[in-house]
Amino acid sequence: MITVESLTRRYAGFTAVDNVSFTARAGRVTGFLGPNGAGKSTTMRVMVGLTVPTSGSATINGERFADLPNPGLEVGVLLDASAQHAGRTGREILTIASDTMGLPRTRVDVMIELVSLTPTEAKRRVRNYSLGMRQRLGIATALLGDPQVLILDEPANGLDPAGIRWMRDLLTGFASQGGTVLLSSHLLHEIEVIADDLVVIGNGKIVAAGTKEELLAAAGTLARSTSPRDLAHALEQAGIPSTLAGDGSVRTDADPGRVGAVALTAGIALTELRSAEGAGLEDMFLSLTADTQREGVAA
Amino acid sequence: MTATIVPPATTTQTARVRRTARPIPTTRLVKVELRKMFTTRSGFWMLVSIGVLSVIATGAVIIFAPDSDVTYENFFAAIGLPMSVILPMIAILAVTNEWSQRSGLTTFTLVPSRGRVIGAKAIATVLVGLGSTVLGFTVGALGNLAGSALAGVDTVWDVSLVHASQLLLGNLVGMAIGFTLGVVLRNSAGAIVGYFVVSLVLPGILELLALVREWFLDLQPWIDWNYTQVELFEGATNTAEEWAMLASTTMIWVVVPLVVGLLFLRRSEVK
Repeated sequence: MITVESLTRRYAGFTAVDNVSFTARAGRVTGFLGPNGAGKSTTMRVMVGLTVPTSGSATINGERFADLPNPGLEVGVLLDASAQHAGRTGREILTIASDTMGLPRTRVDVMIELVSLTPTEAKRRVRNYSLGMRQRLGIATALLGDPQVLILDEPANGLDPAGIRWMRDLLTGFASQGGTVLLSSHLLHEIEVIADDLVVIGNGKIVAAGTKEELLAAAGTLARSTSPRDLAHALEQAGIPSTLAGDGSVRTDADPGRVGAVALTAGIALTELRSAEGAGLEDMFLSLTADTQREGVAA
Repeated sequence: MTATIVPPATTTQTARVRRTARPIPTTRLVKVELRKMFTTRSGFWMLVSIGVLSVIATGAVIIFAPDSDVTYENFFAAIGLPMSVILPMIAILAVTNEWSQRSGLTTFTLVPSRGRVIGAKAIATVLVGLGSTVLGFTVGALGNLAGSALAGVDTVWDVSLVHASQLLLGNLVGMAIGFTLGVVLRNSAGAIVGYFVVSLVLPGILELLALVREWFLDLQPWIDWNYTQVELFEGATNTAEEWAMLASTTMIWVVVPLVVGLLFLRRSEVK
């Protein structure tokens, strides 16, 4: 379990992470989402002790990362696949990590095989690796110590479709065995498929957190009628704000039951009434982070 | 998620139980850091070049030196020169690679105590200095035997134990300067340039200052680390005052900046 409490990290002139609190539970995959520069990576760096927080704390199974006697055996970390000495071979990087943790060297071969690097590739220097290969090497490093917690920043970046599928199975399998997975990604589809819980961050603040079902259910209601203007009007009179979309659908934050009742009272025949979950994670993400998006897109 | 998910073929099939991990012993850290110094392309070639340059320097003395100069001292000096340049580079890269190559992201997540990592690097650096210097002594000795045999002269062992140990100390001080620059600058290119500035540019400036300002003349040996370094390489640090001078320059160029650099390094962000 990863617990982040009132975490704040300020740099000269700006606050990268602002009073962030959340929990990534054991046995679940927690997706960590946010636009570029929202503070995801900073939060993750604080978790593993690479950045000192201005205030607040992050603990892994109740302990500060820096207090873990041999962190590699408890927490698998992949923050940046490119952050490796380019002049070392992939195998050497794993050997060094394995030696540091005090593991038998056989573990290195097991990991190389697990992440589907060929023995020839493992002998090449990392400067010749593609991003996907570096990512695989990074995942191998993270899994080396057979940890209970995984902290992964954009692990799917650069992986091929088969690799993404493999990673998905790996992480869900890891969580189903009681492991904790915290995973950040811009690939919303990936997160939607993998994550059980979501934490959305924008401008350094948490804008939403909860189970995936809760958050996606909160996407509101979509209704259609032969006279959408009347429906929107009736909703407005009932005190329910709604938006009339160009395709004739009416969207609102109220739940479908209330929308149906309003339509019945107003004598408007509905042709469609459903929760707007079809909108999915992308719409939710864009609407939640609308204020913080660089492009200023509205959901 | 659901129970229908088939776990991937990992070796982590067993239920995750919290183990009581033991702290990483320092000896292991030193071994790892020692290994890291030579398993990069640059590190590997630096190590090779120490051996190769020792042999080349020895060969040069045998070929070019007049017979009367085929003495251990000349082999010793010829080998010591390239070594005194390469060893500090090895010390610099041992530290700066973690930042310039960004491998620190992994290193400092596996060992959160940065002080311990830097300490292990310092020990590994000293070991490399010892090993290289002993190698240099050995190659020089073999060269002396071969050279005197080829020239048909008596083999002359004219290097005292004191001189040899001062040369060793000189190499270690040079590495300490490089190490310090690495800790303070945390950037490979910057630290290497910095090393050549303090070892090539700075002495000239201090020399000039001593020429134009008489009061500085007496002060120079206490401040100019190159001055005390040359004394060491020549085995000429003998009096208490000379040792005090060495202590003074080491304090100014190694101890103080190293302490300040470490304080910053421990709090700095690893990116």
